[in-house]
Amino acid sequence: MLDFRLYMAQRLSALIMAPFVIVHIGVMIYAIQGGLTAAEILGRTQGSIFWFLFYGMFVVAVSIHAAIGLRTILFEWGGLKGTALNVTAWGIGAILFAMGANAVWAVTA
Amino acid sequence: MKVDRAHPLWLAYILHRVSGIALALFLPLHFWVLSLALNNAAQLDSFLTLTELPMVKVAEFGLVFLLAVHMFGGLRLLAMEWLPWSAPQKTWAAAAVAGSLFISGTFFLQAI
Repeated sequence: MLDFRLYMAQRLSALIMAPFVIVHIGVMIYAIQGGLTAAEILGRTQGSIFWFLFYGMFVVAVSIHAAIGLRTILFEWGGLKGTALNVTAWGIGAILFAMGANAVWAVTA
Repeated sequence: MKVDRAHPLWLAYILHRVSGIALALFLPLHFWVLSLALNNAAQLDSFLTLTELPMVKVAEFGLVFLLAVHMFGGLRLLAMEWLPWSAPQKTWAAAAVAGSLFISGTFFLQAI
């Protein structure tokens, strides 16, 4: 049951992220023209509810997706199991979410 | 179980896994650099000047490729699992790599 729920969460977070990734790459190709500056990035993102929600949902989805993906790899290649595996996966997800939320807040608040 | 590493779909599997690991390792650095915007904009700017280095541009190309190939590889996987497709699997795997090269190539051409 846990495996099935993790499988579904992995696929659903992937489906949510597919359009985000396409937009993210598009913005990168557009944004790097003429070099990158903090002012340019903040000018686009600061105070924008759209980018706050876009990157906010992106961070939530990627934290779940990376934690489950690495959990699978740690199990298959790292031999981790049981509580150690679950604690590690939750830790990875929590750290990514905390750092990601901090970054989103830094560029949109 | 014997693994056939010469099979194109084994390569698709390993590319998906390795790109996923690399992206997961890159994310904390990515988030940390962006969070500098909050309380150390000058440091963020000095970090961003690094993006003018040719080596960093090549690394960025690599990251965009990893992101694109992980997305297309993932879509291929979802299509295989959830849609009634099977015969053209290799074509889809090749298309995933070709599409990713196209996207990261476009990025690279804009960067240089």
